Amino acid sequence: MKITEPEVRYVAGLANLKLTDSEITRLAKDMDDILTHMDALSELDTSAVEPMAQVLYQSEETATLREDQPVPPLGNEIALANAPLAGAGYYKVPKVIER
Amino acid sequence: MNIASLTIEQVQAGLAARQFSAVELAKSALEFAQAENPKTNAYLHFCPERALAAAERVDQKLAAGENAGPLAGVPLAVKDVIVTKGVRTTCGSRLLERYVPPYDATAVVRLEQAGAVILGKTNCDEFAMGSSNENSAFGPVRNPVALDRVPGGSSGGSAAAVAQGTAVVALGSDTGGSVRQPASFCGVVGVTPTYGRVSRYGLVAFASSLDHIGPFGRTVRDAALLLETMAGRDECDSTSAFAPVPSYTAQLDGTVAGLRLGLPREYFEGLASESGDRIHQAVELLKNLGCEVREISLPATQYAVPCYYIIATAEASSNLARYDGVRYTTRANSTRANEDTLSGMYRATRGEGFGAECKRRIMLGTYVLSHGYYDAYYLKAQKVRTLIAEDFHKAFAEVDAIVAPVSPFPAFKIGEKLDDPMEMYLSDIYTITGDLAGIPCMSVPCGKTSEGLPVGMQILAKHFDEAGMFRLADAFEKAGGFAGSN
Repeated sequence: MKITEPEVRYVAGLANLKLTDSEITRLAKDMDDILTHMDALSELDTSAVEPMAQVLYQSEETATLREDQPVPPLGNEIALANAPLAGAGYYKVPKVIER
Repeated sequence: MNIASLTIEQVQAGLAARQFSAVELAKSALEFAQAENPKTNAYLHFCPERALAAAERVDQKLAAGENAGPLAGVPLAVKDVIVTKGVRTTCGSRLLERYVPPYDATAVVRLEQAGAVILGKTNCDEFAMGSSNENSAFGPVRNPVALDRVPGGSSGGSAAAVAQGTAVVALGSDTGGSVRQPASFCGVVGVTPTYGRVSRYGLVAFASSLDHIGPFGRTVRDAALLLETMAGRDECDSTSAFAPVPSYTAQLDGTVAGLRLGLPREYFEGLASESGDRIHQAVELLKNLGCEVREISLPATQYAVPCYYIIATAEASSNLARYDGVRYTTRANSTRANEDTLSGMYRATRGEGFGAECKRRIMLGTYVLSHGYYDAYYLKAQKVRTLIAEDFHKAFAEVDAIVAPVSPFPAFKIGEKLDDPMEMYLSDIYTITGDLAGIPCMSVPCGKTSEGLPVGMQILAKHFDEAGMFRLADAFEKAGGFAGSN
C-alpha cells in the first residue's frame, strides 16, 4: 500500500477539496495504483543528473528584463465582473475573523 | 464551394475572385457548424456577433483594396481553454461555466489581426486533463469519423470540428499530447510547436512548463500558416521565445531526399498491429522519397509516463488552486454548518465544482509536492526529465527528425477506458516525451485501419526546427495523398 484512506483525507485537506466517502475510497485505490507505477523512477540512478528547470536555454538571463512602465490597469469594475460575490469594490468572502 | 472541405488557399481564392464575401462565408460556415454540431458536440458555444464583425472588417479592407491578411475570412475554432474577450471560456468545467474573460489570448489577437474569423469555442477535457474528451463537464465529443468513438483529447472538440468540416482550422493546447493524439484519432494535422514558440498568454494554465498552444488543419500547409501567424515573442509571456519566426509555408515543397530519419525502437513496443502496419508503410513511403531511415534508441522513454504525471499533476495542483470561489464566477451554494467559514467555502466550491479527473490530478500533485515526498517524486521527476531531453539531444546529433506513432491504438469506443485511469495515462507514452523535451512535434495522417479509423504518424524535430518538420510532413502528405483524407 502506497497510500491509505486517512492519508487521502489529509492530502484533500492540503488541496482544499471536500470529498465524499466514496470519492475517498476510489481515490485511495487510484492513487495507490498510480503511485506504484511512479515508483519505477526509483530504479534510475540520477545522482549525477541536474533537475530540469527550463527546457530552453538559448536566451540570456537578462533577456526578459525591461524598464518598468506604468500602463492603464484593468479597472475595478472589470476586474470584479466575474466575482461570484462582490460589493463596495471588493471581493466578498465569508468572515475570517471572529468578533 | 463545399464548406466542409475548404482549405485556407481556397478561401483566399474565393475572396479574390469575389465568389463570396467574408461575411457570406462566415454566415454559411456558422449555419453549417450549428446544424452539424449536435452530431459531435464539438463546439460548446458559438460567437456569431464576433465572427460577423471580424468578417465585415475583412470585407471592408478588401473593398478598399487593402491587404486583409494571410488568414482573411478563414473560419477558425478555438479550444475553450484559450480566453476570448467577452466570449465565455469554460475550460470544459462547471467551475467556469459563466466565466467571461476581460481579455484576449495573444494567439487569438494575432490570428484575428491576420483576418481569421472565430466561429466559436470547442469542447475539451476539463482544464485539458484527459486523452478522450470524456472528462468535459458538458458531455463527451463524438469522433466524426465513427460517432460511437472518442475523438481523443484533450483538444477533442477542435480536432473533431476540423475533421467534420465545421471549421477550416482550429486552435488546441498540448501538454502531454492533447493536440497530436486527437489529430491522429480524427485524421487531421495537429502540431505542438517548440516550447515558448507561441505565447501562452491567455491559455488557461494546466502545467506551465509543458503547456503549448498548437494548430489543427486539414493540410500541413494550413497548420503551418496558422502557426507562423501566431508564433513569436510576446511581452505578456516571459517564457515566449525571442527566436525569429521564419515563414514555414515558404519553405514547403522542397526535397526531403537525403534527410536522416530516426525510428526509436522503444516506440514500437506495445503498438497495436494495424497502427504499426500503417507506420511501417509510412516509413517505406519516406524511403521512396529518398529519406535515409535508421533505428535509434531513446532509452529513458520507459520512464516518461511516471515522470510526466508527477510534473504535470504537481504544476496542475498549484495552477488550479486559484479556483476557490472568490474570483472565478462559481461558489458552492451550500450553506451547511462548517461551510460558512472561508476555508469551508473553498473546500465546498472545489469539491462540488471539479470533475473526477481534475480531483485525481490535484490530489496526486498535492501528494507528490507534500512534505516528505518532494525529493522522492517531484525532484526525481525533474532529473528524469533531463534524461529524456538528453536522449533527444543525442539522437538529433545523428538524425534530422524522428518518426514514430502518435498513439498505441486508434480511436476507441466512448466509455471503453473510463474505469482505469492508469491505463489511460499509459496510452500517452508516445506523445508526452516531446512535451517533456520541449521539442516541436506533430501528427500527420498516414492511412486508416481496416475499420476505417484514422492513424497518425508523428514527426519530432529539434528545438525551433518547425520548418524542417513541416517540409517533411508536407512531402509525406503529398506523396501519400493524405491531405483532407479523413
